[in-house]
Amino acid sequence: MAELRVCALYPDLMNIYADRGNLLMLQRRCEWRGIDFAVTAAGLGEAIDPDAHDLFYLGGGQDRDQRLCALDLVQTKRDALHAAADRGAIVLGVCGGYQLLGHRYELGDDEIPGLGLVDLHTVRSADGSRLIGNVAIEVRLDSGATGPPRVLAGFENHGGRTHLGAGEQPLGRVLKGHGNSGSSGTEGVRRGSVIGTYLHGPLLPKNAWFADWLIREACGLTELAPLDDALEAAAHAEALRAAGCR
Amino acid sequence: MMLAGKIALARAAGTLSRRAGRGGTSLPGKLLIRIEPRAIARLSARLRDGSAVISATNGKTTTAAMVAAILEGGGARLVHNRAGANMAGGVTTALLDAARGSGIDGSAGLFEVDEFWLDRVVPELAPRALLLSNLFRDQLDRYGELETIADRWAAAVAAAPGTQLVLNADDPLVADLGRDRANVTYFGVQDDGVALSGMSHASDSKHCRRCGAPYVYDAVYMGHLGRYHCPNGDGPRPEPDVWASAITLDGTRGAAFDLHLGADHRRVALPLPGLYNVYNAVGAAALARALGADLTSIVSGLAATQAAFGRAETVLVGDRELAILLVKNPAGANEVLRTLALDPGELDVLAVLNDRTADGHDVSWIWDADFELLADRVRRVTCSGARAAELAVRLKYAGVPPERLYVVPALEAGLDAALADGAGRLVAMPTYTAMLDLRALLVARGTAAGSFR
Repeated sequence: MAELRVCALYPDLMNIYADRGNLLMLQRRCEWRGIDFAVTAAGLGEAIDPDAHDLFYLGGGQDRDQRLCALDLVQTKRDALHAAADRGAIVLGVCGGYQLLGHRYELGDDEIPGLGLVDLHTVRSADGSRLIGNVAIEVRLDSGATGPPRVLAGFENHGGRTHLGAGEQPLGRVLKGHGNSGSSGTEGVRRGSVIGTYLHGPLLPKNAWFADWLIREACGLTELAPLDDALEAAAHAEALRAAGCR
Repeated sequence: MMLAGKIALARAAGTLSRRAGRGGTSLPGKLLIRIEPRAIARLSARLRDGSAVISATNGKTTTAAMVAAILEGGGARLVHNRAGANMAGGVTTALLDAARGSGIDGSAGLFEVDEFWLDRVVPELAPRALLLSNLFRDQLDRYGELETIADRWAAAVAAAPGTQLVLNADDPLVADLGRDRANVTYFGVQDDGVALSGMSHASDSKHCRRCGAPYVYDAVYMGHLGRYHCPNGDGPRPEPDVWASAITLDGTRGAAFDLHLGADHRRVALPLPGLYNVYNAVGAAALARALGADLTSIVSGLAATQAAFGRAETVLVGDRELAILLVKNPAGANEVLRTLALDPGELDVLAVLNDRTADGHDVSWIWDADFELLADRVRRVTCSGARAAELAVRLKYAGVPPERLYVVPALEAGLDAALADGAGRLVAMPTYTAMLDLRALLVARGTAAGSFR
């Protein structure tokens, strides 16, 4: 029987944009299909087992909490997360969690360390301005896939500007909204099974298709039983409308 | 130009705007501030008994209505931004509406102030008393992080050294503002009968403001409000001077509790539901006390409080009773949901989610609210508003059977669909702009504003 084992990193601290909505989507959509679902919380100071989980989730937090978690990630979880990513487990970072996937977050004279899972760094805007609003991006998740790209809709609210290294691919192209830096036209990052994005709101309730893609990838399944997604499709359409698409 | 001339100009602009159908609750005030930046200070200085200010994430309007009922029962004539226009423009509009020549028609000011505007409005008003009630996660796209607001509040408090502070002892972020200050009245709840089994998901400020250690809670009453202490001995919860005990909650209809003022206490019958309104009432009592009201007028004022605009208002629509319970952030929604769950039987609900500026463009908060409380309690939920479908998805994933969910984005059609199916009480849970639209709809249909009770 298929099983999705999720490791939620710091769910009590890194949850500012209703990150539990993302976990709830994964849980229900597994349960409704008879896929076993288990979630394990990993808090400050707790070691994680890279082989015990199929998907690692890292959400966003308030500045103070994000700093605490960044230090803890580097001290107690970095090697395990690298090992997990190397063996193909999904690592999904959203908003603040996305920033921590990179090398560092520069805050003027100060700096928060990152996991270095992907080649990117984030810089707080000099004037403290934030990039806020509804956002829609165009993505192609499966290499070699034909047909039109898919669209992810969400909400972004970040003071950092994220810059990808030369060899790094974004998660998608910005259709509406700001994205990584407000000027690059790119959003998020994708390197194999490591995915980062600024899209919250939360992300998966607005994009049920992406929740299913994550379940499929994390469980190594080629297809999933279909669900009645009339409400989910309407919510996706609403989020796209809010972003100014169509 | 003299102040009187500037006031006349601002008033005329307001009249024009209202005639043009553009509303205008805060427009005259905004204009007056532009031509007279010290308008709030100059006009409020005319109030013989000074001003009182109320701020909080949740409960500002209702708490102010309670304080008004108490003070007006004692003969005060209040200048009060009753309709909830609570930024500088709204406060100024209330003041200029009351201005008469070089005087003012009112003995005291009572102002609810938006939590983000507090540090700008308080220095102008130099209030006699300032009630700060709670800080919850709310509209992050507008307000930013909770800690940012706490810092701004600290600045506002520091800028008003002569002001009597009235602080919620049960909210660590708020109670901490009174540290190192003599003139503070604390209020709170002392009743483990209403304690929750644990902290809800959406709770914030769980860590000591001083040392960063997680607070230890002996009782959680609501969100992060409760009896807490820092394990390192920093910032213990202050002992409240005014508190509620022996609380009984009567579903969506009302609540009762023993109100303690020092050594005295009296039973209060509150016509508003839920523990959140008990908190509002205790805060109102503490503020009224700080302004000199006695226990008898406090108790009768609280018992006479009418529901504020869209906050637990009940109205008859045809043969159905419609209760309107404003929801706007996770903590407030959780208390409304907790209160609904106290009602017996299956509920009919009209839930309306908008994403305009006053609602917050970011609707992620609905995923922080515990809609799970309704999972097996609803007969039918009609979802309306600009983000009706996302709300339906939230309810579906909370465990409400999808066949009980109806998505009707247009509010009027949603209201009709909700009214047409079922009998008895219908509970509306609108966000802020949805509440305004819903009330306007009901008034247009002849459910006159005066019939709200």
